Amino acid sequence: MATVKKALLWRLVGSASLRAVSTSSVGTFPKQVKIVEVGPRDGLQNEKNIIPTPMKIKLIDMLSEAGLPVIEATSFVSPKWVPQMADHAEVMKGIQKFPGISYPVLTPNFKGFQAAVAKKMYSVGCYEISLGDTIGVGTPGTMKDMLSAVMHEVPVAALAVHCHDTYGQALANTLMALQMGVSVVDSSVAGLGGCPYAHGASGNLATEDLVYMLAGLGVHTGVNLQKLLEAGAFICQALNRRTSSKVAQATCKL
Amino acid sequence: MGNVPSAVKHCLSYQQLLREHLWIGDSVAGAFEPAQESSQPSGLPEYVKIVEVGPRDGLQNEKIIVPTDIKIEFINQLSQTGLPVIEVTSFVSSRWIPQVAAGATEISVFGAASEPFSKKNINCAIEESMEKFEEVVKSARHMNIPTRGYVSCALGCPYEGNITPQKVTEVSKRLYGMGCYEISLGDTIGVGTPGSMKRMLESVMKEIPPRALAVHCHDTYGQALANILTALQMGINVVDSAVSGLGGCPYAKGASGNVATEDLIYMLNGLGVKTGVNLYKVMEAGDFICKAVNKTTNSKVAQASFNA
Repeated sequence: MATVKKALLWRLVGSASLRAVSTSSVGTFPKQVKIVEVGPRDGLQNEKNIIPTPMKIKLIDMLSEAGLPVIEATSFVSPKWVPQMADHAEVMKGIQKFPGISYPVLTPNFKGFQAAVAKKMYSVGCYEISLGDTIGVGTPGTMKDMLSAVMHEVPVAALAVHCHDTYGQALANTLMALQMGVSVVDSSVAGLGGCPYAHGASGNLATEDLVYMLAGLGVHTGVNLQKLLEAGAFICQALNRRTSSKVAQATCKL
Repeated sequence: MGNVPSAVKHCLSYQQLLREHLWIGDSVAGAFEPAQESSQPSGLPEYVKIVEVGPRDGLQNEKIIVPTDIKIEFINQLSQTGLPVIEVTSFVSSRWIPQVAAGATEISVFGAASEPFSKKNINCAIEESMEKFEEVVKSARHMNIPTRGYVSCALGCPYEGNITPQKVTEVSKRLYGMGCYEISLGDTIGVGTPGSMKRMLESVMKEIPPRALAVHCHDTYGQALANILTALQMGINVVDSAVSGLGGCPYAKGASGNVATEDLIYMLNGLGVKTGVNLYKVMEAGDFICKAVNKTTNSKVAQASFNA
């Protein structure tokens, strides 16, 4: 456990309250965006079928090969609440740790999230605050307003956005965040993970669709889209479900 | 995130969420105000005209042929939603008179920014098509029938690949010059991204005023709303969409096609942009037509709401 602890990076994820406030105009895009792949954690934990440990390890290895710089590998929570993450220790032990890639582990956040809390988290030493639109209700205007408020307290370089696609707004919201200077985005391969609050609704933003947009914008991510598509195809087969990625649907020959 | 069971127990009831975020409680067409107070973000239009292309672009790309009485019921339902423009079938051929004789009060012509696409889609080269359209538009104007011009492949072509903004501008300018009141710029295969949308619009807007332009984005690669947002930020205020995201992509089997009207309205409502459209009624029309064509909706908003 001691060696596992050394490899841990603490990252706190919470849900921001998105309230409308007046805004100012948009800027340019960052030259480089860091994609935080949350499929193995946020994605899988919201999928009904339990995936065996070797398959989780293989998924993470495939995502590492695709070049994703940060892969949220698992969640150290009680197996009673999140059975999908019960094998967290074996997963951390079994994955190949590629040099240059981080494998953070989620610690659940119990509080609601506002700019003041973000400031506090940042001041106690979190290197990055990921602002989550947990139920995907945000739209680009509310994203801009929320970020304006948070950016008064926390430098934009320490912020990430974690948009859910429950109402189809994720990519537009992410675009707005990028225009405001955010350069870290959470997403999930194949858009894994439904929404536990709306049966049948989608959840995470699909990494493939995010990478497609960033590539079109000329923003560097270091991610190989082809390999990412392969990882997505692999896990969808394992979960016996269709991908939620539009790019995958468009490029799949089936 | 952890502790899902207790989080679900303590969260707002989903019905309350629907009321707050979809403004379903205030379901009067044309008098639709968002529940929360929001000032208009700068740089965005105050009002966006939504052009509903579901009955035409949408149904024409669905496998199941819909009986006429169902089409009529579908369009009637859409008419109750506040949508200001609903595109019914409208093709222009050299024998365009039947459309007018059948009661059409507006027509559309379809050009393309790509030679191979023009040849494959309407069987003639771009120049030849423009000459034909000139005749049609001229005659239509004499009868006081407005013509909308479409430019396909504005952000990419399934045969040619990359399309230059200059080519799109050339074709759009031609259509506008011959008398089309509005030019709808179509990302036919959905390959565009916000960058290519911006570059294309920058070029076209040098020749055509933004009020005469519309965007018609396909969601084949999930980019539609992001591309539409970019267009809005540049001053475009007419957007084409299809209820339920009807219509797949004829160029990529299994891929999606049009952007879903429900998802577009959701974004515009959240941005404080007026549309005059009742989202809930659009969702009902979408539910109706999906059952009729036996398919699941492509609208995320519908998926999130109808299963609640």
